[in-house]
Amino acid sequence: IPSVSNIVPESCLLIVVGLLVGGLIKGVGQKPPMLNSDIFFLFLLPPIILDAGYFLPLRQFTENLGTILIFAVVGTLWNAFFLGGLMYAVCQLGGPGLNHISLLANLLFGSIISAVDPVAVLAVFEEIHINELLHILVFGESLLNDAVTVVLYHLFEEFANFEQVTIVDIILGFLSFFVVSLGGVFVGVIYGLIAAFTSRFTSHIRVIEPLFVFLYSYMAYLSAELFHLSGIMALIASGVVMRPYVEANISHKSHTTIKYFLKMWSSVSETLIFIFLGVSTVAGHHYWNWTFVISTLLFCLIARVLGVLVLTWFINKFRIVKLTPKDQFIIAYGGLRGAIAFSLCYLLDYKHFGMRDMFLTAIITVIFFTVFVQGMTIRPLVDLLAVKKKQDTKRSINEEIHTQFLDHLLTGIEDICGHYGHHHWKDKLNRFNKKYVKKCLIAGERSKEPQLIAFYHKMEMKQAIELVESGGIGKIPSAVSTVSIQNINPKTLPVKRILPALSKDKEEEIRKILRNNLQKTRQRLRSYNRHTLVADPYEEAWNQMLLRRQKARQLEQKMNNYLTVPAHKLDSPTMSRARIGSDPLAYEPKADSENLPVITIDLASPQSPESVDLINEEPKGCGGLPPSPEEDEEGLVMQAKEPSSPGTDDVFTPGTSDSPSNQRMMRCLSDPGPRPEPEEGEPFIPKGQ
Amino acid sequence: GSLGAHPPSPLSLPPTVTSEQIEHLHRRFKQLSRDQLTIRKENFDSIPDLEFNPIRGKIIHAFFDKRRNLRQESDGLADEINFEDFLTIMSYFRPIEMNMDEEQLDRFRKEKLKFLFHMYDSDHDGKITLQEYRNVVEELLSGNPHLEKESVRSIADGAMMEAASICVGQMGPDQVYEGITFEDFLKMWQGIDIETKMHVRFLNMETIAHCY
Repeated sequence: IPSVSNIVPESCLLIVVGLLVGGLIKGVGQKPPMLNSDIFFLFLLPPIILDAGYFLPLRQFTENLGTILIFAVVGTLWNAFFLGGLMYAVCQLGGPGLNHISLLANLLFGSIISAVDPVAVLAVFEEIHINELLHILVFGESLLNDAVTVVLYHLFEEFANFEQVTIVDIILGFLSFFVVSLGGVFVGVIYGLIAAFTSRFTSHIRVIEPLFVFLYSYMAYLSAELFHLSGIMALIASGVVMRPYVEANISHKSHTTIKYFLKMWSSVSETLIFIFLGVSTVAGHHYWNWTFVISTLLFCLIARVLGVLVLTWFINKFRIVKLTPKDQFIIAYGGLRGAIAFSLCYLLDYKHFGMRDMFLTAIITVIFFTVFVQGMTIRPLVDLLAVKKKQDTKRSINEEIHTQFLDHLLTGIEDICGHYGHHHWKDKLNRFNKKYVKKCLIAGERSKEPQLIAFYHKMEMKQAIELVESGGIGKIPSAVSTVSIQNINPKTLPVKRILPALSKDKEEEIRKILRNNLQKTRQRLRSYNRHTLVADPYEEAWNQMLLRRQKARQLEQKMNNYLTVPAHKLDSPTMSRARIGSDPLAYEPKADSENLPVITIDLASPQSPESVDLINEEPKGCGGLPPSPEEDEEGLVMQAKEPSSPGTDDVFTPGTSDSPSNQRMMRCLSDPGPRPEPEEGEPFIPKGQ
Repeated sequence: GSLGAHPPSPLSLPPTVTSEQIEHLHRRFKQLSRDQLTIRKENFDSIPDLEFNPIRGKIIHAFFDKRRNLRQESDGLADEINFEDFLTIMSYFRPIEMNMDEEQLDRFRKEKLKFLFHMYDSDHDGKITLQEYRNVVEELLSGNPHLEKESVRSIADGAMMEAASICVGQMGPDQVYEGITFEDFLKMWQGIDIETKMHVRFLNMETIAHCY
């Protein structure tokens, strides 16, 4: 039995809720609030757009940029004029009620309603999981058509006040399109670069790193809106530009914070927008005119379908991956209208546009139709037409290598052919980026880190976190295969201690230290954890203790594994996995081998009793590493650190040793981000990946 | 076949390389060969942009590989190639056509992947071994002088292990994975649409870059 959420998209439900709430308020006798355009444009819209822009899949976007631009610009223009013109004809024929609406007013109406709305598209398309190409086409179009909408809106609004519209005005209007869109992008790029540059220096104040991202993006939006440039494009541009550099500079926790805050804000915004739409429908003054509304609806659909068909025919001449009729149908069907149209209409001045209420009614009808009817039916249609769905492919290191190899190969072939194509320019841009831009915007050593390495580290960390999070319960996630280094390179020598100094009692000592620390954590847990204070202290604490003891036993087992099996050198998968809790992204491939970086994971954190501190003693200390034939590997030993007293903020606790790498690690840990550190269940299992 | 003033008729070539494109390529060939009939390895040095390409060596090597890419009988590397050979290599990069059926598409895809495979498999034994893969990654990262060898190695190792787990699945501790065979290679590339990615647009080639 399909549940409600399978049939009805969330946006519809929210509008219904809004209607109910509005009805309730009205029923009580109060005046329900309308969706204030200021609030909408200043507070509700930016988070959604920023979320979209920051996480825009850049590769697909740039590959299809031509198509997206044509749909956004030409498509929207076509929609606006076609609709405006036809509605004018209807108005002329529509009798006394509609006769007085001028051509310009109709064109204005057409421009307001013709734009595909990013909020609505996101809301609906998120749930149907269609393939990335279609998603990026419709979504990209909805984002980029903002420039067109802004220009047309302001243009027609101004013109409606003019006595006469001359050719010069029209030409200026045409030019203003370029100013608005390119200006918006320019503003966005500037702020993006400033943000990237700022993030270069935030290594001491990790706490406010996310703030810069939000702040600069919002400023980009406001600056653009201030000058009547396209705020949406500014926002997108700034998000896209700042992202690679910011992500290279900020800590992992900040990255997580940014991600979650953006998702949270955009979620809240979206919900509020749809609810307000419902409430505004109840609250607003409506003027229902059958002819106007029905013809609007009809012509909207016709315009959209025609536009998509014609444009696709044109675009397919230049595309390698042609758009099939199925694709075209989805693109046409996905042209949803939403709250932006509503808000723009609400902004219209009553004095100049007396028929505003009628417009509003028509717009709301169209919005309801697209969101409800099209939104609800698109999912069964997608299934019916067997449109390709999104493939859940995890990005693998192999794919990355192959993609880069292919990129270089194609660039090389283009150079040999003497053809300055796609790849050639992309390669030039990359080289420019690497040579000049990265040096300015990325802090320290990371500026020289090639993409492959960065990708590899990121993947390793992800896998390690996965492993540890599930490893804490003793279960090996199925994603991790059991292929190990021995399977592919049998020549790696089996265990032979470099230095026989690691005796049995040293091992025992280490284990004892670990056990003690775990116990200490347990004790502290009882007094620190708010929950155990409130709940039945005995039972809670007892359960906790049992759990911890079990985990401690598992940890010991794994320790056993480690201490008799080779660990790899620092950069290898195993070690990078052990770098959890520290900041892998701030890890620098260091030059001198004496100061092996310290991995300090705070034991005081109550949620991760298994956290283990590893501090490099001395190179000549305990070994346990295989003598790799070429290199002289240094040992990595565990040594318990005195856990800091409960409740101390890590920000102010310096590291115990003062080696520079230790300090750096502590600095990274000083980021009092969301507390649960991933459990250090098995940092040393020499798994293959 | 050699050529005089005009390019040969495209008898041996797939029909999608139009005569106009052949004209362009012929002009380019003459540029590269300095109006000689054949190109040698040294002629590729005159392309300035190729300098920056990290896998330059492999690309040039691919042009002269007799058996695999030039479809000749003998093995080894040719010293020089003529225009027909040049076109043969270029034909690997032709774009996909709408009217291809399943079988043609499959062959098309395999051809391109085979070309790639030969670039990875430098000793041409049909398997990409760990060492060869390491070599590939090293070359890819060769533009970064101060990279530790160990990072490069571990990337290649990680990738190889992933490939092993994709192709073979779970492996016991005693099994050894020899190397990536062509079938395994096909499996790895399954998610990526090679037929749409691996092509060079010959559409507008008005501007032909100069070589010095």
